[in-house]
Amino acid sequence: MVTALAPSPLRQAREVARAELRIEARGGEVLWIITPFGAVALLLVPMAVGPDRPLLAGIGMGMYWVVVLLFGVLVTLRQTASDSSGHLAMLRLAGVPAAARAAGRAAASAVVLLLFETLLLPVAIALYQPDLTGWTWLPVVMLLTAAGLAALGTLAGTLVHGFAGRSSLGPVLVCPLALPLLLGATETLQAVAYGRTPWLWLLVQITTSAIGWLALLLSANAVEESA
Amino acid sequence: MVTVAALGVDLGRTPVLRGLDLVVGAGEVVGILGPNGSGKSTLLRVLSTLLPPTTGGGAVLGARLNSAAVHGVRPSIGLVGHESGLHPRLTLLENLRYLAVLTGRPEEQAREALDVAGLTRAAGRRAEQCSQGMRRRADLARILVTEPSLLLLDEPHAALDRSSFGLVDLVVQRVRARDGGVVIVSHDSPRLESLADRLLELDAGRLVPVGSGMVAGGPRW
Repeated sequence: MVTALAPSPLRQAREVARAELRIEARGGEVLWIITPFGAVALLLVPMAVGPDRPLLAGIGMGMYWVVVLLFGVLVTLRQTASDSSGHLAMLRLAGVPAAARAAGRAAASAVVLLLFETLLLPVAIALYQPDLTGWTWLPVVMLLTAAGLAALGTLAGTLVHGFAGRSSLGPVLVCPLALPLLLGATETLQAVAYGRTPWLWLLVQITTSAIGWLALLLSANAVEESA
Repeated sequence: MVTVAALGVDLGRTPVLRGLDLVVGAGEVVGILGPNGSGKSTLLRVLSTLLPPTTGGGAVLGARLNSAAVHGVRPSIGLVGHESGLHPRLTLLENLRYLAVLTGRPEEQAREALDVAGLTRAAGRRAEQCSQGMRRRADLARILVTEPSLLLLDEPHAALDRSSFGLVDLVVQRVRARDGGVVIVSHDSPRLESLADRLLELDAGRLVPVGSGMVAGGPRW
């Protein structure tokens, strides 16, 4: 009997991430549906507020992060929405640990979220013309937000998988948990703008992301087996 | 390969299997007949270790059901169920390559399996663009990639045209030739008879030799 040498969980996670990215690239939901919808959401606020430039500049980055959070949740939840029980069974029987699968999915989500944030940023800048003092911190904040939101969204997606109301239950679970990410993102740039150190808020983001990833990896097996 | 005793499964509050005993030896092909809703698919999910039994127990490939040891034997179990295991947005070849890489098999095995399944020309087609019969053939090709020790087939001939029935035979024979065990559930008695060494019937949640049971709950016409 031929016995195959199973790859390491890290390699399996990488393969899962690669497959998820290929599936996303093929479907194009984030690029063609969620990102334009996010841009429309950013556009609605200036239309409602009117041409009050100082006000728009003041709320610009905050609005950007709110839209990233709300629409980013949809980005992370879209994976589990297209899962069939047959495909999940195939992956489980392939011997891929639940934590490796969750890590691969969350990593793919983080990449897609980073793309989503990058595409929305010029829209927010054009519409709100915010003060971009300390913009050099922006890539770090974007990366931490994407990483944290991806972990929390993947965890919520796994928890609500199979529930009839998962499309609304998922965001309800993620949004409160992702609040520290939102605060960290907005306050880091505010701190730099007012000449304060941004490390405390970056630490908030790092801690939230780390907790999200730990919770995802440690609970993956139990959540899957009890589903 | 499989030894289960007094196995019971409830789905919600509905008892589906009750006091079920089954032994499948190495190199043995067991066919299980039963009408729709008799619990055939549920039994396969339990044997695949994906669904824990509610009562009773046993072992699959040496791993006790309801224990963490089942994770270790899962890569040696092949399941072709009602629902395709392929991801709809990946091509047939990508699906099989993905499986090969995840299970530590050479990637070339994916193309070879598709060739054997007669899907060479459809290899680059997304699963969602394939007919149900083609997806079923690709699912059977998955088994050729992973070479499991225990094969579980749920209505394997469903959606297949007559010319593809030979693929089911081939997959079963390959597992048997490696001294693996096979459990096939179906309501197609003639096809099962030609494949199985032993035929059983699922009757009111229990397995009985064919002919001895009175399959309950069937239509009256």
